[in-house]
Amino acid sequence: MTLTTSGGQRLLWLLLAACLAALPASAQTPDDEFRAVLAELREASFSDKESIADKLIATSHMSARPVLTALLEDRLFVRSQDQQIFIVSSTEESRTQYELIDPVSLSRAGSAPVDELTKIGTNNRLRRFLRITIARGALANPDPDVRRAAVRELLRSLDASAIELLRQRKTEETDARVLYEIDTALALATLDDGDAAARVAAVQTLSERLSPEVRNRLAALIERNDDGSFAESDEGVRVAAAAAIETIDTARSLYSGVETLFFGLSLGSVLVLVAIGLAITFGVMGVINMAHGELMMLGAYTTYVVQTALPGYIEWSVLIAVPAAFLVAGLAGVLIERTIIRFLYGRPLETLLATFGVSLILQQLVRTVFSANNRSVITPSWMSGTLPINDALSITYNRLYIVIFSLIVFGLLLAVLKRTRLGLDIRAVSQNRAMARAMGIRSEWVDAMTFGLGAGIAGVAGVALSQLTNVGPNLGQSYIIDSFMVVVFGGVGNLWGTLIGGISLGVINKLLEPYAGAVLGKILVLVVLILFIQRRPRGLFPQTGRAAEAA
Amino acid sequence: MSAIAGRLPLSFSDRESLWFLSILAVIAIAVPILNLAVPPSSPLHVSTYVLTLVGKYLCYAMLAIAVDLIWGFCGILSLGHAAFFALGGYAMGMYLMRQIGTRGVYGHPVLPDFMVFLNWTDLPWFWYGFDRFWFAMLMVAVVPAVLAYVFGWLAFRSRVTGVYLSIMTQALSYALMLAFFRNDMGFGGNNGFTDFKDILGFDLQQDTTRSVLLVVTVAALAASYCVCRAIVASRAGRVIRAIRDAESRTRFLGYRVESYKLWVFVFSAVVAGVAGALYVPQVGIINPSEFEPINSIEVVIWVAVGGRGTLFGAAAGAALVNYAKTYFTAALPEVWLYALGAIFVGVTLFLPRGLAGLMPAASRGK
Amino acid sequence: MSSPGRSNGTRSVRRSWRELREAAKRRAPPPLLGKILYLEKLTVSFDGFKALNGLTLYVDPGELRCIIGPNGAGKTTMMDVITGKTRPDEGSAWFGQDVDLLSLTEPEIAQAGIGRKFQKPTVFEFLSVFENLELALAGDKTFWRTLVARLTPAHRERIAEVLHIIGLVAEQGVVAGALSHGQKQWLEIGMLLMQQPELLLVDEPVAGMTPQETERTAELLLSLAGKHTVIVVEHDMDFVRSIAGQVTVLHEGRVLAEGDMDRVQNDPQVIEVYLGA
Repeated sequence: MTLTTSGGQRLLWLLLAACLAALPASAQTPDDEFRAVLAELREASFSDKESIADKLIATSHMSARPVLTALLEDRLFVRSQDQQIFIVSSTEESRTQYELIDPVSLSRAGSAPVDELTKIGTNNRLRRFLRITIARGALANPDPDVRRAAVRELLRSLDASAIELLRQRKTEETDARVLYEIDTALALATLDDGDAAARVAAVQTLSERLSPEVRNRLAALIERNDDGSFAESDEGVRVAAAAAIETIDTARSLYSGVETLFFGLSLGSVLVLVAIGLAITFGVMGVINMAHGELMMLGAYTTYVVQTALPGYIEWSVLIAVPAAFLVAGLAGVLIERTIIRFLYGRPLETLLATFGVSLILQQLVRTVFSANNRSVITPSWMSGTLPINDALSITYNRLYIVIFSLIVFGLLLAVLKRTRLGLDIRAVSQNRAMARAMGIRSEWVDAMTFGLGAGIAGVAGVALSQLTNVGPNLGQSYIIDSFMVVVFGGVGNLWGTLIGGISLGVINKLLEPYAGAVLGKILVLVVLILFIQRRPRGLFPQTGRAAEAA
Repeated sequence: MSAIAGRLPLSFSDRESLWFLSILAVIAIAVPILNLAVPPSSPLHVSTYVLTLVGKYLCYAMLAIAVDLIWGFCGILSLGHAAFFALGGYAMGMYLMRQIGTRGVYGHPVLPDFMVFLNWTDLPWFWYGFDRFWFAMLMVAVVPAVLAYVFGWLAFRSRVTGVYLSIMTQALSYALMLAFFRNDMGFGGNNGFTDFKDILGFDLQQDTTRSVLLVVTVAALAASYCVCRAIVASRAGRVIRAIRDAESRTRFLGYRVESYKLWVFVFSAVVAGVAGALYVPQVGIINPSEFEPINSIEVVIWVAVGGRGTLFGAAAGAALVNYAKTYFTAALPEVWLYALGAIFVGVTLFLPRGLAGLMPAASRGK
Repeated sequence: MSSPGRSNGTRSVRRSWRELREAAKRRAPPPLLGKILYLEKLTVSFDGFKALNGLTLYVDPGELRCIIGPNGAGKTTMMDVITGKTRPDEGSAWFGQDVDLLSLTEPEIAQAGIGRKFQKPTVFEFLSVFENLELALAGDKTFWRTLVARLTPAHRERIAEVLHIIGLVAEQGVVAGALSHGQKQWLEIGMLLMQQPELLLVDEPVAGMTPQETERTAELLLSLAGKHTVIVVEHDMDFVRSIAGQVTVLHEGRVLAEGDMDRVQNDPQVIEVYLGA
């Protein structure tokens, strides 16, 4: 996760740098001027740094904000050897080398060991000053999102100058969403210095907000001081605050419910994705493929190999990996079917043992080729980050994409089975092999293709898993039991059962988690499943009729 | 399922049993003598390491017999027997933990070290009684039996069969593993139990104690073999095989298939539990990884290698595969998983009756 | 599926059946009271396809009844319902007046006195002929009893008797899987005899048999009728003609015609759907 964020950041810097490089080189003098002002930071006192910051803003240089932001975030360093100032992209503790960015051009400037860099220090006062200064600049930005972010930044530490700034901005602001944030900030400010009526009005404004800062501020209004007196002297305000807190809490718990549902949905989608290949091999062919997890592992390693082979296309790597993983795992599946499974049809317990052997071999193969260590797979920047819905609810992109991705895979598989010749053959062979053969269907070929299809989908699932979990030799094992449970729960031989089974198991799991904890929740789900199978041995959507008798 | 399960040699000859029990007797006599009476300098000396290893194999052999009874004869592929084995082991481990007493790191008279470490003040209720040997031994059998009974009652009554049952037993084992990994369960979490001191007052580090344990294990193995053999040779044994080969036909003859399956399953679980209980004092540790589903599957392959439906073959398969494992993981660790994987594939494809199927077919067709 | 207190149920059911028989001997049964099997308005559907569609059928004690009908007429499904393998959606099935077949499981129905021979011969292929018959032996079939069960001389005599009837005396030590198709059919009939059921359901007994074997089977079934009630499902018309008193024709899950062979054969409906085809 950490790696991926810094990857995204680096990319951002690169893009910025690229934009700047495209500008005409006429800015020679401003660059020098900027650099000169910047150099003063090395020796300056905290109060001097304030004026230097003002001067940097005054140059109206493109890099002023990034530099000040870096200063605020303790990412501005002096290199010992030449006393040059650099921005550091990330100062995570685990790093021994920092990556440097030139503060003027914002392009990459190599890296340096941590102990050869000296941080340019700040104190509280300076940080407050910087925040306001940066925010002021940001509030003038033409992009409403930047302005909005700036207001939210200010809201976290409101002081007189910040309030003044926001008041000013309110008169000029036209964007409703920015105004909404400004109103929040000003209402919070009013709680501190307005008269009783204004405070009640402010509380009412705030009752429509969802952010935890607002709720905490309102909660503080109805608390008692140590001497028993209320923190808020006016009773009307207290009553309004209590009502507002209730409103906010109701809304927040509603949204957290929505969030839990979404988490469940995304977990369920993962389960559907890992189980759906199995639903083919198990449900259609009656083969217990214990190597299913390892086929997913192959898919995940394919993603890694694609990224390693095409370092310039990290953004596209996941999309390239999907067909690649389908082919790799699918071919492996066809190979397994042709060499082992085909001798074991009609003996499901034997296929279980043989494919378990295959899974051990595949695991060891991966250890031999890639070593036993986990491999890191980079998340493309378009998949990281969150989609904010409101203050109480935001959805991470990778979860969102997983949901969409598994629905697409499910839809495609359904289409293959229902609308293609291969699908027709598969269904025919699974229902009546002898009859299908009599009709001229090459059942051996269909078997191989069916198993290959199931295996290929496992590979595709592996690509998705590579974005969620460690890519290592044990990746498959951790999912195999879950995937079997989904298939059995949904009803063998029924793709819709797998979809509904997977999603409902995911949602049940996430609903239980807050009460029982992750591990106990999982245990409970397993126990419930075991009991469920006793009630309905053939799953949610059982096959009926004569075909079921044979199973 | 029935197609392959049925292709097995089914009848015993007493000669096979005699051979098997004789080999066990030789082990029970020779190994302790070679360990205790022969000086270490002699090439005939059996080291404590080997002694323990033999004891371990014997426990595995017992587990394999339990699996063979339920799988080879009744056709139920249980992937949960490692769980019964581990439960028996945990019951024994609880007794051994309470025997440590004040000799633990924290020196608490009642609480095992890990509870002191977790700042617990009272012994959880389910630890009561485990300071008494007879109670612990009772639990070694009762806990697996109750679990097998409840699970089997639910599963067989609803006619969960074949791979469904295998998957369910695997899920059961997996759920237990997750549960035992939790510290709050009161079974030592990740680390399980270890650092045992003595059993019934005898020091576990002593070669004599270990030799006695080995003899006890041999006796237990021989006893389970004889009981299993008696079951299989009885009319109930024939019903069990009938169930394996044609379940619904057996029903139409008036046999309550569920109850047969249930009792065999319960008995098999108890044998597995006893094997686990003997295993723990010899290897000196029990932790939740014993519940791992892969362990159960490995047991099945021991049985398959030796030859299912033969009992002695299962025991021999357990010893053989584990000897190979010991050898490979020391000499060629990279190769072991390839080898094990190849055994799985090879045995199912080419040796469906296991090594016992290669023996001269003296008793076949009887 | 659910029937509370099954184990007790079996025993009481068997007792009450015996009482009923004894009662029946004492007094002449009213018209519809004397039947051994009552199937009324049975309906079974698989995925919308009605395998049985309001089937109503009565069988007299000691009768030898043949059921014929084209494929898919519901013959095997009817047997499945009687023996508890399939539960009907609607209707009722009674064995005598007291035994509600729909509330019992397969083993309970077998213990109550209904034996079944499958269409495809199902014997225990890996047990010997003798052991196959031993398992079919009537008696206490609980786990704990069979664990300690020993063959009494009476049992051995009975097995020997049946071995003789089915002509497999020489093969008694042979694994059943090694028998010929016809011999397996015979063995299965032998297993039925060992059960000593009140009612025998025999599904296609002569399929795959030589003419001589067929003839012997016909003799055997005829000799059983009277002591037992026998229901035979068969395709072989000559065979049916050679044994049957009463014939029932099933078509599309219901009874199309009933009566002796001549009457059934001349029924225009039957000619249309079955014999005429």
